[in-house]
Amino acid sequence: MYDGGKIITGLLVFLILVTVPVWFNAATHAQARAPQLKLPEGATACVEPTAEMRATHMELLNRWRNAAVRSDERFFTMPDGKVYEKSLSLTCLKCHDNKEEFCDRCHNYLAVSPYCWDCHVEPKGGRS
Amino acid sequence: MTVDRRGFFKLAGLGALGLAGARSLPVLGNPLPSPSPPESGPPSGVRWGMVVDLRACLHDEGCQDCILACDHAHNIPQLPDRKHEVKWIWKDPYEEVFPMQAHEYLEDALRGHPALAFCNHCNNPPCVRVCPTKATFRREDGLVMMDWHRCIGCRYCIAACPYGSRSFNWVDPRPYIEKIDPEFPTRTRGVVEKCNFCDERLARNEQPACVAACRNGAMTFGNLADPTSTVRLLLKSRYSIRRKPALGTHPEVFYLV
Ligand code: HEC
Ligand code: HEC
Ligand code: HEC
Repeated sequence: MYDGGKIITGLLVFLILVTVPVWFNAATHAQARAPQLKLPEGATACVEPTAEMRATHMELLNRWRNAAVRSDERFFTMPDGKVYEKSLSLTCLKCHDNKEEFCDRCHNYLAVSPYCWDCHVEPKGGRS
Repeated sequence: MTVDRRGFFKLAGLGALGLAGARSLPVLGNPLPSPSPPESGPPSGVRWGMVVDLRACLHDEGCQDCILACDHAHNIPQLPDRKHEVKWIWKDPYEEVFPMQAHEYLEDALRGHPALAFCNHCNNPPCVRVCPTKATFRREDGLVMMDWHRCIGCRYCIAACPYGSRSFNWVDPRPYIEKIDPEFPTRTRGVVEKCNFCDERLARNEQPACVAACRNGAMTFGNLADPTSTVRLLLKSRYSIRRKPALGTHPEVFYLV
C-alpha cells in the first residue's frame, strides 16, 4: 500500500474529529433537557388528565373546533361541574396565560409550529 | 376450441368494453339533483332571520352604529385600498341593493339613499353549493356559516354570491385592525369572510352585534319558525321585500319599505 501510514493517520484524525460531540457529552455528563414548562398558577388540573393532554391536546383542539364551529356545541361540563367554552383563546389560553413559557417552549423544543396564531389572538397581542 | 393470440385479444377487448359499459349505465341513468328546492311553508324548529326597517334606518342616514359594532366585534380590517375592502355589513344606494325593485320613477325618499346590506343567509345558498371543502355550510337553524379552518381561498363562493356579501383577504388584515378584540380570531391573507349572524353571540343567548347597536330600532332578529316572534309579527303586519328574489336563493333577511 502506498502512503499507508499517512492514510491511516488521516482516517484516525477524521474519526476522532467526527465523534468529538459524543466524547464531549460523555465527559461532561450532559443530557437532553426537557423544556421547563410554566404551569398555570391557581389551577391544579387540566381539562383532561395531564398525560392525555400532553399526548393528544392537538386532537382535542381539533374536536373542539369542529364541535364549536360546525355543530354549535360550544360548551362542555367538567366532571366536577365546571362549565368551559370550547375555545382556544378563551379557555386554554385564559388558564395557560403564559403562552411563551408553556405552549411555545414545548413546541420550540419539538420544532412544532401551529399556525393557529395567524388568526387566534395571543393573550398579550403580537405574534410569535 | 383453440384460440390464437389475435382472437384472444379481440375477446379480452370486448369483455373490458362490456364491463366498462355496464358500470357507466347507472351513472348515466341518475337524474340530476334539482337546483332550487321550492319553499314549502314556514319551517319548524329554529330558523334565524332578520327584518330591516328601511324607513327607520333612513331617519338617521349618516348613522354607522351597526357597521362599527360589527367591525369591532369581528376584528374587520379597514383597508385603504377599496379593491381590497373587507366588509360584513355595509350601506349602498337603494337601487344597487334592490336592482330588481328599482325603476326610473322611484320615489325620492329611496332613490340614492343608503340601504343596509349584509349576508342574506339564504335558504338555498349558492355559495354553499359551490364550496369544494364545505368551509361554508348551512346550519339546521338557517345560518350560513364560515368555517375558516377549512377555507382554501378558492373564491368560488365569491363568484357564486349574487349579493357581494363575501370578501377575500388579499393582504394580511392584522396591521389594519384598529384595536384587536382578543375574543374573536382575526383572519389571515388568503381566506374569504362574511357575516356569520354573530353565531358566537347567539351561542351565549345574545343578539347580533349590529342589532344590539342600532339606536333606531331598525333591525330585528329572531326566529322565523315561531309565529309569535317579533320578526314574524313584523312580517305579518307590514309589506316586506327581499333582495333579488327572482334568483331563487330565498334570503332570510327581509326589508320593510
Ligand atoms: C384563518 C384563520 C384561522 C386559523 C388559521 C385558525 N382559526 Fe380557529 N377560528 C377562526 C375563527 C374566525 C373562529 C371563530 C368562528 C366562529 O366563532 O364562528 C375560530 C374558532 C375556533 C375554535 C372555537 C371557538 C374559539 O373561540 O376558539 C377553536 C377551538 C379553534 N378555532 C381552534 C383552532 C386551532 C387549534 C387552530 C390551529 C390548528 C386554528 N383554530 C386556526 C379562525 C382561524
Ligand atoms: C383550568 C385551567 C386549565 C385549562 C382551561 C387548560 N389547562 Fe392545560 N393544564 C392545566 C394545569 C394545571 C396543568 C398541569 C397539570 C399537572 O401538573 O398535572 C395542565 C397541563 C397541560 C398540558 C401538559 C403539560 C405537561 O406537563 O406536559 C398540556 C399540553 C395542556 N395543559 C394543554 C392545554 C390545552 C391545549 C388546553 C385547552 C384545550 C388546556 N390545557 C386547558 C390547566 C388548564
Ligand atoms: C409537553 C409539550 C407540549 C405543550 C406544553 C404543548 N404542546 Fe402542543 N404539541 C406538542 C406536540 C408533541 C405536538 C404534536 C406535533 C406533531 O404531531 O407533529 C403538538 C401539536 C400541537 C398542535 C397541532 C399543530 C399542528 O400543526 O398540527 C396544536 C394546535 C397545539 N399543539 C396547541 C398547543 C397549545 C395551545 C398549547 C398550550 C396551551 C400547547 N399546544 C402546549 C407538544 C406540546
